[in-house]
Amino acid sequence: MGIRETVNNARSGWMKPGAPEGDIVISCRVRVARNLNNCPFPHLLDVEKAGQVVHAVQLALENNELRRHVGKLEVTRMAELSPVERQILVEKHLISPDLLEDHAKKAVALRDDEVLSMMINEEDHLRIQCLLPGLQLEKAWELVNRMDDDLEKTLDFAFADGYGYLTACPTNVGTGMRASVMLHLPGLVLVEQVRNVLTTISKLGFTVRGLYGEGTEARGNLFQISNQVTLGHSEEEIIHNLKSVTGQLLAQERKARQALLQERREQLEDKVGRSYGILRYSHMISSEEAMRRLSDVRLGLDLKLLSGINPDQLTELMVMTQPAFLMKQQQGDLTPMQRDILRAKLIRKILN
Amino acid sequence: MLCEKCQQRPATVYYTEVINGQQKKMHLCEVCAGQMQAEGFSLFLPQMNLHNFLASFWSQAPQVQPFAPQTTGEAKCPACGTSESFFAQKGLFGCSDCYRYFGERLEPLLRRIHGSSSHTGKVPARTGGRARLVKQIDQLRAQLREAVAREEYEKAAELRDRIKKLEQEL
Repeated sequence: MGIRETVNNARSGWMKPGAPEGDIVISCRVRVARNLNNCPFPHLLDVEKAGQVVHAVQLALENNELRRHVGKLEVTRMAELSPVERQILVEKHLISPDLLEDHAKKAVALRDDEVLSMMINEEDHLRIQCLLPGLQLEKAWELVNRMDDDLEKTLDFAFADGYGYLTACPTNVGTGMRASVMLHLPGLVLVEQVRNVLTTISKLGFTVRGLYGEGTEARGNLFQISNQVTLGHSEEEIIHNLKSVTGQLLAQERKARQALLQERREQLEDKVGRSYGILRYSHMISSEEAMRRLSDVRLGLDLKLLSGINPDQLTELMVMTQPAFLMKQQQGDLTPMQRDILRAKLIRKILN
Repeated sequence: MLCEKCQQRPATVYYTEVINGQQKKMHLCEVCAGQMQAEGFSLFLPQMNLHNFLASFWSQAPQVQPFAPQTTGEAKCPACGTSESFFAQKGLFGCSDCYRYFGERLEPLLRRIHGSSSHTGKVPARTGGRARLVKQIDQLRAQLREAVAREEYEKAAELRDRIKKLEQEL
């Protein structure tokens, strides 16, 4: 169990099937930033001081009450992991790419199911996060909130009356909260409406990003929507707003899918069938193509154009076919071509 | 149809790129489309850097001068030594004291980012009663306004009493 399991297994707590709105909402996340009082923010700490922060957090996590409420979180220093293993944590969405830089100072705390986790010494001392399958933002906040309550019994968090929780970057100050949903929107992409819809959303104070967070592209028709504003709204308001925007997007996506079924059924069936065929029979496939084909197959499943595949298998494949994961399987470096071969092999094995 | 870029492989992707509102459409093969996407994105990255936006907000903020002796050069947080130019460059404060030190310059910046400069969310229990009480009173006042608007006077009276009691505790 523990971190070894995490880096060797593509499956994660946020992939459970049958989650609310799970056909479109792949996962949801609530993350809060906290900093220790009277301690410079991580980017000003040297390795030794940063280690003290990790140690303080580790002690706080061992608090009995916290253990009883949210369970055990195991702390792993990033330096204890190989570069490939660190990258796997990014590919599983458990840490941000930021935690890879300057890794001697940083650590991650994970609960076995990977639903609750914490990044230590990322941009802020603590980033507490909860990652759940489907649309369960309230539940995610409830878990994060409880963990935060228990942590603050032993840790003194930087907080000021007017500003709220103080963070290294003023874009996070206040609640320190970032709530997000990862949506699969192939319908809106196919009817060429996704840009319009997402532009509208960004005008309402939400950020749209690709699969791996800040500065990444939207692959496999997956989009991450999160709140931009952290100050002036309560945590509950932030969650409520994100939830209603997500509801709107779900409705639009479902409409787009129905329109496609009615007006372009043959093309859609052809697209889905071709992608399924390629995934099942190709011997070389790039990461980008795999994501695209997996998206088509997922859409086909949702619209009952295909059967016999578990949607959570597709989610697992999205993680398994990422570069670091493939390297871990092979226990070594791979050329891009070797990766494409191994990726195709893995996909064939699971889908046949 | 052959790919418009490499002229070798069959075009299977209809590629649309929008840069600064300029649309470019091309018929490409999978390989070239993949490359285009990767390139397009690396070009796009620096513009998306939040910290750059912050820095520009900061430099546009009106120059109030809350810091005493300007003659000694650039203002620096006395606790951690973070300077204004460091913040303008990185968009990061160095410690919680920076918020107090850069306070007056910060307000307009926060309003630009968040549309607000005051926190209404969770308050840590340890920070003690006061902030928590203030928040609770605010919430009760909002409920009171609603009750009055709905003409629920009994409930309003009850809320008014609770507010009074809490105000005495302050």
